Amino acid sequence: MKTWFADEEILMAHGAGGRASRKLIEGLIAPVLTEHGSPAGMGDSFHIAGTDLWITTDSFVVSPNVFPGGCLGELAVNGTLNDLAVAGAQPLALTSAIIVEAGTSSQELKVQLEAMAIASQAAAVPIVAGDTKVVEHGKGDRVYVTTTGVGRSHPKANLDPGRVQPGDMVVCSGTLGDHGITILMARGELDFTSASLTSDTANLWPLVKMLLDEFGGAIKWMRDPTRGGLASTLNELAEDAKVEILIEEGRVPIANPVRGACEILGLDPFHIANEGKLVAIISADYVNQALTAMKAHPLGRNAAHIGTVRESTTPMVVCATEFGAHRTLDMLTGDPLPRIC
Amino acid sequence: MQFVDEYRDPVLIKRLSAAIHERVKDRQYRIMEICGGHTHSIYRFGLQELLPSNIELIHGPGCPVCVLPMGKVDEALVLARTHDITLTAFGDVMRVPGSKESPFQAKAQGADIRMVYSPMDALKIAMNDPSREVVFFAIGFETTAPSTALTIINAARLGIENFSVFCNHVTVGPPLRAIMDNEFFDLDGFIGPGHVSTVIGLTPYDFVADEYHRPIVVTGFEPADLMESILWLVKLIDAGEATVENQYVRAVQREGNGAALAAMAEVFEERPKFEWRGLGSIDSSALRLREPYQRFDAELRYSVTPIKSPEPEGALCGEVLIGQRRPEECPLLGSSCRPESPIGALMVSSEGACSAYYTYVHRRLVTNGERP
Repeated sequence: MKTWFADEEILMAHGAGGRASRKLIEGLIAPVLTEHGSPAGMGDSFHIAGTDLWITTDSFVVSPNVFPGGCLGELAVNGTLNDLAVAGAQPLALTSAIIVEAGTSSQELKVQLEAMAIASQAAAVPIVAGDTKVVEHGKGDRVYVTTTGVGRSHPKANLDPGRVQPGDMVVCSGTLGDHGITILMARGELDFTSASLTSDTANLWPLVKMLLDEFGGAIKWMRDPTRGGLASTLNELAEDAKVEILIEEGRVPIANPVRGACEILGLDPFHIANEGKLVAIISADYVNQALTAMKAHPLGRNAAHIGTVRESTTPMVVCATEFGAHRTLDMLTGDPLPRIC
Repeated sequence: MQFVDEYRDPVLIKRLSAAIHERVKDRQYRIMEICGGHTHSIYRFGLQELLPSNIELIHGPGCPVCVLPMGKVDEALVLARTHDITLTAFGDVMRVPGSKESPFQAKAQGADIRMVYSPMDALKIAMNDPSREVVFFAIGFETTAPSTALTIINAARLGIENFSVFCNHVTVGPPLRAIMDNEFFDLDGFIGPGHVSTVIGLTPYDFVADEYHRPIVVTGFEPADLMESILWLVKLIDAGEATVENQYVRAVQREGNGAALAAMAEVFEERPKFEWRGLGSIDSSALRLREPYQRFDAELRYSVTPIKSPEPEGALCGEVLIGQRRPEECPLLGSSCRPESPIGALMVSSEGACSAYYTYVHRRLVTNGERP
């Protein structure tokens, strides 16, 4: 692979999870690393050849580090569990690397550590090893956490964008955009808040396990739409699977505070981050049963069948409005909400 | 959600669409939406699909960052880099390319440039650190000008001296006149701006009907608003009636917003001329600070030297901006000019015609073979 990343410097948009992030990974990170021996692909998680083990890693820099519904430490555990879960792997163990800025209060660090411990205990996935570094005051923002997770493939998992084909159905597990808008409001830069809105941070493995136990190969692909939102995630799938994805706007569950905030700020809820939702491609024969099962599960109460996979020569995501018009749903460009996870 | 759902009601919108189809005669209807907010709504909701093919919607110059010449961005960045100041700006402005860099790029290289949601936030930054000079890069039509005016009045009242405004506010009437004076002018009617009109009311549009004999319907931003106004315009155009109408009655009053107009009159005076992107220099089309508020004028405080930066080569920004060409006719659109790497300002703002077209339509047409 050749590097083709031409931007002279790294901007916040390169970390926002949309098109610029993809460009950074595909144009610079993957080519440079693979040139010296790493296997091609460079996805969120990796299946270790000759085993049934998966490995993944994720860093968390969210600001503020405590917000309604969760905190950085909890995200750091759940986020990595979810990367394994949507690869169809049961999380087995985590490691954590913590970077603390000198001058941070011990209490602030303890809050994050306790949240990590509680989330890991709740998921029954231990944090087994770690590392701690301290950087000079002003060279970091209080606490950053990187977690690495190892998981074992679910015996019935067969998740592969190559299996996604026209006629398959798109299902999401609940309301979109809760996390991103919660963070935006928690920063206090807007003159409005919502009493009811909280981050959706959650460990998705129990929901994934239920889907794979009951529907196995009918579940063809899964992802947790974090930074860049549903639109960015589905655009990546469309490109990987060489299909068009049609989303019916009227079917997509979005909480009123998120809709309201997006209307005021000119954001698209399809671009806003989630931390406890998954989107799955399910074969049409099983979609109704799977949806019923998801709705009966605490993590999927607001699950909805939101769209269809269609044949196309150009991979893209199209959104149909309730009154019969269409628009393209592109990946996030730019950076509306920096440092949300 | 109240005030949104009722204006996106599928039954109502389909009924309006059917009424328009039934009503149109065998002729072309060229209708310009002046405001970038309307352009965005038209693309976001795919409204052109719901209209007969002989209604053509032309995108006008009412996107504030789109009409800002590159030189103004350059001037702001010179301010930020050569003086030890904090430059504050709306989020939209951060990505507008100057001739060498955008505010975002200048920020990444260490210039102190911060995004604010309101000029009052910029004033707060100044109040929190009296040792630091804070400049607000003010842009926009009469929609945003009143909040800048009120902020300056507040700064004066509170005696905040480390705050100033780089004022690039413009007014909507003069460019509208410039478009109608253009030799290629060929429009049948206008969808009038919604937000601007909440401030200025309806009377400033009287010249459109009286002098140029074109109907204009001031319109809200939801799909049902736009469809209702298009139906209204079709009727007016067919009847040969040139009147100023108000569809957006839930927000716009004929006389406008008295308090906002008073604040603007208190703080601003007309500039003799102002350079517009695509439209060139237009007389009396912009605002500057008047006495006794000129001590808050960053242009005077820092003796800003005007910079004239040429438009990007090969781009059709100017022609697209006045409705003479469509975004898809520009050879750069989708190739070198994209939302993530904009060359022209029309690709920067979500209200820019090119950004809206690229984001919501472009790739579908490419797939269908309707564009190379």
